[in-house]
Amino acid sequence: MDAKDILGLPKGGPVGDKRVRAPKETVPKKLDRVSREVYALTGGLPPLIASVDTKQRQASSQKISWQWLPFANSARTDGLQLSHWVRVVDSVVPTGDYAFAKYNRSVAVLKYTDDEYNKHLADTKWTKHETDLLFSMCEQFDLRFVIIADRFSPPRTVEELKDRYYSASKAIILSRATTPEEVADHPHVKDAYNFNYETERKRALGLLLSQSRQQEREDAEVLAEAKRITEARLSKVDEQAEQPSAPGTDLTQPSTDIAAAATSTTTTTRGHRVFLRGPNLGQMVQSMLSSVGARIVKRIEQILLDELGVRLEPKIPTESICREHLELRREVLNLVNLQKAVQWNEATVSFMRETHPEVSTPNTPKRGFRGGDRAAAVSGERIGKRDHKRKAPARFSDTPPSPPQQKRARKLKSES
Amino acid sequence: MPQTVVGKRFGIEQTEVSAIQRLQRAKTARLLEDQEKKNPIKRVKNVELSVPIAYGTISFWLGKKADDLHSHKWTVYIRSATNEDLGPIISKVVFQLHPSFNNPTRVVESAPFELSESGWGEFEISMTVFFQKDAAEKTLELFHHLKLYHEDDNAPQSTKKPVVVESYDELVFQEPTEAFYSRVKNLPAVHVNGSPGELNVSSGALEISNERKRGDTKDHQLGQWFGKYSETDELTSIMGARQQVQKEIAKLKSMLDSEAMKLKPSAP
Repeated sequence: MDAKDILGLPKGGPVGDKRVRAPKETVPKKLDRVSREVYALTGGLPPLIASVDTKQRQASSQKISWQWLPFANSARTDGLQLSHWVRVVDSVVPTGDYAFAKYNRSVAVLKYTDDEYNKHLADTKWTKHETDLLFSMCEQFDLRFVIIADRFSPPRTVEELKDRYYSASKAIILSRATTPEEVADHPHVKDAYNFNYETERKRALGLLLSQSRQQEREDAEVLAEAKRITEARLSKVDEQAEQPSAPGTDLTQPSTDIAAAATSTTTTTRGHRVFLRGPNLGQMVQSMLSSVGARIVKRIEQILLDELGVRLEPKIPTESICREHLELRREVLNLVNLQKAVQWNEATVSFMRETHPEVSTPNTPKRGFRGGDRAAAVSGERIGKRDHKRKAPARFSDTPPSPPQQKRARKLKSES
Repeated sequence: MPQTVVGKRFGIEQTEVSAIQRLQRAKTARLLEDQEKKNPIKRVKNVELSVPIAYGTISFWLGKKADDLHSHKWTVYIRSATNEDLGPIISKVVFQLHPSFNNPTRVVESAPFELSESGWGEFEISMTVFFQKDAAEKTLELFHHLKLYHEDDNAPQSTKKPVVVESYDELVFQEPTEAFYSRVKNLPAVHVNGSPGELNVSSGALEISNERKRGDTKDHQLGQWFGKYSETDELTSIMGARQQVQKEIAKLKSMLDSEAMKLKPSAP
């Protein structure tokens, strides 16, 4: 369309003309500059669905203006007066607190008196000064222990700080509570901080994260083996299959277990089981037909139902009936394959008859075949001519295509 | 929370630790089991026990006594196809009903393995069959859809004629344990190596005293609705079908042979 525009050619059709004029870069006056760029974003054409109708928007009853006004922020404690743009509707200024003031949350850090400290919080590793400092930093930094640890005056680890804070808080809570039960649900009491566990955990995590790729692979391997062992063990407990020759001697060596597990999982324990004969027959039929295509399966079922009047699943699955049914299915499969073969052969025969009246009959005079290759080449060419229209059997196209045919094929290719 | 750290190094994950713990537990469990029974369990080779059963539901419309929530009274059961006692083979059956029932998991620990209830809706009932201990086998699950209403809506419901849906099947034990085999091989409910030819349902003229606890279902209250199963009809039809197919196969084979002759190119 652009090319036609450039060349000044007519765009084609009165309807086409109108449509072309509208999406050109010149834009109706009502829309302001911004929407011209927006228009360009959409490819210079109006969008398929109108998003905002400017006429409608302006037609709204309210008068909206924006004003730069000072506002009050309840989250501030220093009384700094700031201003911002406010959407004024019909000269009514919106009221209410600053919208983001509600997010100014802080943690309730306990405050203890000196008395309480001396009674409950005395500790060998912590001085009162340090503990006071810790608590004030906790309040200041909202319990962000990593930051607190960075700034703590005699340097201490994060775990130590956490330990001191949580145990101190817990002691205070317990001392202030009248009965232990009423605070038993308090998180500080319920989930006490375990210093040893936490240090251990962090160390293990650090080790894990800093593993080299080699170590990661080894770990994955060990995990996979462990999983295999447990699964083998559980399945052995369930089925009570043939057990390895040394029963219950090894309680410790995982390596020998791995070997045993490997052998037991590979040997097929088909020995004993209990099943329902009906569903079992269904499984056997499925496994028999697993390598057969869906269409053939359908054909077998159709034969069973329509032509033989036999149910697809026997109503009374006794042993002999199931056996006979399976054999019947096998035979019907055989039948279907034979039918296909016969069809195939008939098609071949009829095709042969059409193209080669002399070949199909057994009393062909030998002369017809002398200079065998030439004749074959000629026949190949002739067959080739009709080849693309028929599904000719492969037998006859295994004579090499004669040169003229090849040339013709190449010529045809170059034309297209 | 102290962790039992097992393994080469510290960086072992929680899953691996618990996997190894489970391993050890499984090992000790197996050890105990071995010590209880003889090790290993002796099984009878080349022997298959088949127990023909019939299972399903019978449901009666309650007629005048019906209300919104209890319009039908139905019974779900598993019985021997010849109404023999299944107790020596089955230790218990767990019927799993629709969750809207009170205690939807019902356990029946003695023969006859059946359960009666009243309700208004149709749903699938699952029956988990647990076998006697000496059979040393896993459980088997059967499913059955409870039917309360007749096939054709037009048939009026009668309190005398129930809706009966019963299926025949056989429990097949391949290579049963010696203990189980010796115990049950002579029971009338059990057949060794192959299903019974004729499922002769004997009547309940037994010398049993008046104790109610009979495991068999020969004189069952609902006995008149039990199905009778004979394999002859189906067997003859299948065998007839096989002969038909075999004839057809022979015909096609001969056709193929003659076609093959036609297609052979004669020698130059």
